[in-house]
Amino acid sequence: MVTPNLLTTDQMASFVARGFLRLEAVVPDDVNRQAIEELPGLFRAWLDEFRGASAKQQRDVHHTSDDESPLPRSGTPLQTAYAPDSPFGRMVRVPAISGAIASLVGANPVVDHHFVHIKTAGDLHAQGLHCDAIVDEGLAFDIQLFWFPHDVAPREGGTRFVPGSHLRRVNMDDVSRYQHLAGEEYFAGPAGTVVIFHQGLWHAGAPNHGSRDRVMGKLRLNPTVPQVRLWDTSDLAERNRADDHMFARTEPGLVAAELRRFERWYEPAVHRLETVQRARLWRYLTGDQRFDVDWYLTRTERRAALAPQ
Amino acid sequence: MSTRQQVLMLWLASSSLEGHVLGWSFFDGSSGAGPQLTADPPYGTGVDALRDGWRLMQMSPLNPPVPGHERETSFLKHEFVFERLVEI
Repeated sequence: MVTPNLLTTDQMASFVARGFLRLEAVVPDDVNRQAIEELPGLFRAWLDEFRGASAKQQRDVHHTSDDESPLPRSGTPLQTAYAPDSPFGRMVRVPAISGAIASLVGANPVVDHHFVHIKTAGDLHAQGLHCDAIVDEGLAFDIQLFWFPHDVAPREGGTRFVPGSHLRRVNMDDVSRYQHLAGEEYFAGPAGTVVIFHQGLWHAGAPNHGSRDRVMGKLRLNPTVPQVRLWDTSDLAERNRADDHMFARTEPGLVAAELRRFERWYEPAVHRLETVQRARLWRYLTGDQRFDVDWYLTRTERRAALAPQ
Repeated sequence: MSTRQQVLMLWLASSSLEGHVLGWSFFDGSSGAGPQLTADPPYGTGVDALRDGWRLMQMSPLNPPVPGHERETSFLKHEFVFERLVEI
């Protein structure tokens, strides 16, 4: 792997607050072109199997893609999961991508699964809002890379997602009744953009009003090490204060300023609870059990210490 | 002529119908033959929907937090379901 470009403290804090990180046009054009050529074949092979194609085709698709690259099983180390000259193999070796991966889940994650999502031109079905997998316990988290290898214009099938939804405990598509939430986003952007989601972020396939099929490669990765201080922490110590709240004023530039970010679809009362959830996640990521935002955790912990239950 | 139900779901900022709209969904039993929502969001508050003729069918109960899970977040808390009947 190429030496990665690690994420900054600002990027990590934004990921914790909002549940996603957008890396704009970081994948080179030739890698994107290869993906556009090869990934749809992978999807079609899966679709054939899904629809009950011949037994031979079913066997083949388990083991090879159109370019005969092996498809990794769940649990395969990322370092060896993809041929270096395959689309996914090249994408995860882009320094900006490998740096983000190393910062979020460590340099040696394993592949959970990957898939190719194609939203065909004129497909106006709006998928129900959901998070992937099930209710995931604990602070440790997976990431999901959403790779858009071609330009996606507004309304042309860019994935719908809800910033700040990742820490809400829900199961799969139990949130599908939410058709519109204030502040939600639909991806649109240039070729080679990768949006990295926390596993819990609510999202959905969106209608494609455009004239070209929208291709997106998705890759989920599991950490194999505690996700503690894996990014560029050179500026962390001076910005990690828990006591930035002074006479109803807060200090800008500290991590807490980002972690109290409000999303337009939040109920004000729940926003405070979201802040607590983010502070707990930041404690895990930093190993600093005294970190806090707006003193919510600290005051209750101190009281509990005085009168144990 | 026959009657069909349209359902409007609003998620508000507080437990009051005067809370402003955070999210909304529309399910149309008239399959587009009845009047449609035009604004985005369709109303500023729950009371605005009442004033426009929607009838409130249900609102979220106010349940105390489950002990041990007081700080967890999950679904939007303040859900209001409205209906109106349209002739098609």
